[in-house]
Amino acid sequence: MLGRTANGLYWMFRYIERAENIARLVDAGLRVSLTRTGSTDGDWDGVLQSAGVRDAFAEVHDTVTAANAIDYLLRDTANPSSVLSCIESGRNNARMVRTALTRETWEATNECWIELKQLLGRKVKAADLPEAIDTIKRRAGLIRGAFHGSMLRNDLYNFSRIGTFIERADNTSRILDVKYYVLLPAVSQVGSSLDNFQWESILRSVSAHRSYGWVYDAEYRPSNIADFLILNVRMPRSLAYCYEKIVSNLHYLEEDYGQRHRAHDTAATIKSMLKRGSISDIMDQGLHEFLEDFISRNNQLSADISEGYRFYQ
Amino acid sequence: MLTADNLPRPPYKTYQEWYDAQDPAHLIQKSRDAENIFRKTGITFAVYGHADSSEKLIPFDIIPRIISAREWRKLAQGIEQRVLALNAFLDDIYHKQEIIRAGRIPRALIEKNDAFLPEMIGFKPPGGVYTHIVGTDIVRTGEDQFYVLEDNARTPSGVSYMLENRETMMQMFPELFTMNKVQRVEDYPYLLRQSLASLAPPGCKGKPRVAVLTPGIYNSAYYEHSFLADTMGVELVEGSDLRVIDGKVKMRTTRGYEAIDVLYRRVDDDFLDPLTFRPDSALGIPGIMDVYRSGNITIANAPGTGISDDKAIYSYMPEIVEFYTGRKPILENVPTWRCSEADSLKYVLEHLEELVVKEVHGSGGYGMLVGPTASKKERADFADKLKAKPANYIAQPTLSLSTVPILVNKGIAPRHVDLRPYVLVSDKVKIIPGGLTRVALKQGSLVVNSSQGGGTKDTWVLED
Repeated sequence: MLGRTANGLYWMFRYIERAENIARLVDAGLRVSLTRTGSTDGDWDGVLQSAGVRDAFAEVHDTVTAANAIDYLLRDTANPSSVLSCIESGRNNARMVRTALTRETWEATNECWIELKQLLGRKVKAADLPEAIDTIKRRAGLIRGAFHGSMLRNDLYNFSRIGTFIERADNTSRILDVKYYVLLPAVSQVGSSLDNFQWESILRSVSAHRSYGWVYDAEYRPSNIADFLILNVRMPRSLAYCYEKIVSNLHYLEEDYGQRHRAHDTAATIKSMLKRGSISDIMDQGLHEFLEDFISRNNQLSADISEGYRFYQ
Repeated sequence: MLTADNLPRPPYKTYQEWYDAQDPAHLIQKSRDAENIFRKTGITFAVYGHADSSEKLIPFDIIPRIISAREWRKLAQGIEQRVLALNAFLDDIYHKQEIIRAGRIPRALIEKNDAFLPEMIGFKPPGGVYTHIVGTDIVRTGEDQFYVLEDNARTPSGVSYMLENRETMMQMFPELFTMNKVQRVEDYPYLLRQSLASLAPPGCKGKPRVAVLTPGIYNSAYYEHSFLADTMGVELVEGSDLRVIDGKVKMRTTRGYEAIDVLYRRVDDDFLDPLTFRPDSALGIPGIMDVYRSGNITIANAPGTGISDDKAIYSYMPEIVEFYTGRKPILENVPTWRCSEADSLKYVLEHLEELVVKEVHGSGGYGMLVGPTASKKERADFADKLKAKPANYIAQPTLSLSTVPILVNKGIAPRHVDLRPYVLVSDKVKIIPGGLTRVALKQGSLVVNSSQGGGTKDTWVLED
């Protein structure tokens, strides 16, 4: 398998994952603005931060409004992380590695691109937003379904999965980091309605507001929320879950190729850090510091993988 | 589809009966379905110079073009003769140049031609094969009357459309394939891989490793490159994946560098090796020509084959065929005026309204004048270009091309077509029964190029 093909698969799945996560963030933002009395356009500032585009946004817009934030996140092609840009990049990568994809996976990706280009080609009216977000999530789901149902479980599959989970771990940690202060016990008042909104919005942006209730009590507790999104290996968007998957996919590659790279050690270290850690330790040592450290390690792993498997040279 | 007395031509008989029983609205709907299949599959091409339309569909007509087994046999014999002559010609002009010495072709025409590569002089490609894949463009003017328009001996494209057109037709109209015995084209990728592997270089030990070289996803034929790599089950590589290491061309894989034995390149000669040809090329592989010349890789088609399908050489093809095969050409050339010759230029300028004038080095239907349909001003402008650089042009009469039926909103209408059968050359010549039929969708138009609004059709060669 070509290094460039591994790279193409890795980024194809990173972009598709990102598109879906951005759609979730917008969804959560909308939810807050609909349900919270006295919500302001300023709430969208946090959504832009979670998406990692706050600074780039500020360069083209003087003020943050719901309308311009949503437009920037969903369809602005000048924003490389907008849903439309991600789908475009994901599909371009898919085109490049087309010979590595099953027909089903390629067609699901191509049809996703055809539909979203149409859907997001012009401004989405406020009334049509829920439907549009649904379409994005459904289309991404179809790609995932075609991929799981038809791809051979070989190195192609492993690189695709690693891309998905590195992106997801990055997205989840950023969502947490933007809101880390509302999870700190010192500043939050359990049960206050303001905090409940903030917490629910975090859980919603990772589609976990229902499952949280199944695992913990119905009541939102900041340490439980942090535990759920960082350490719970059953939660498919938690950092621990992502690293379970990354390590096992890297392990398959190691067995298959008979080669071990620095990436394997980097990933194993992060995994054991998540496995051994307890949420109270993390909170004590500083949630923000923990997340910052995690994001940089996650980036390091991405660099180690592209080097070990010759993505670029 | 019809004979002079308005009866269906024999190969169309069964199809016509089926067609007459169809609901026209249903067929129009099927036409749209076909378009959706193509869009969904991403069977698109890029038109250069159109920023807004980076990916386009080639219109597909659902009425097949049908050729009888008998007519095909004659055609195939003619193509085989021509392809063998092309290879013999290439071998000769890169070695002894007997055809020049015999005075059949002017020396300047070869040696001053950009498509002639001095780097190939004295080098024999593996198996002695220069043109592994040829797409011969043919037009039909009447029963058993075929003319060769062009010999595409560099990197002929379009074969993926031949295969996808058939696939689409079988999906939409399976019953037609039980009513008509249509010869198979589906084996093409398998045959191509077999043919390429059989010409591995002498330096290759073990099972030859084949790869397709593409300029990348922005190339107009990228879909085809990925399609061929995929259906052959070989890697699709770009220049940046390849590097010359220890005298071999190797590709960068996730396990390390691995050697390639046969490279089916879809990159032009100029861009193949920046050390030998264009130094600014980012699409090629520095040093690949040295590996080639030392017998460690097969490049298909061989560099320098362009000299054989050059439009300036075309007019000499009857002599070339006769010189190397010792027989008269089975397929005719379209009569051609070489504007480099003063008499011809004079004739061409006087008869512009009845001629098609083409650039010698042009392709894709760009930069040509179709006299009968051009406006007075277009003809006058073109005459100026001709006078300025006569050697750049050749001219041909517009043939009374036969037409085939296409589906339009009002039913069936006749349109002009050409045909590009695909030929694989190894120790034998294999011609796939069928090919790509390109159709001029505009009424009366003779230009079939997809870049100029042409469409395609499935092409059936019936069994006896």
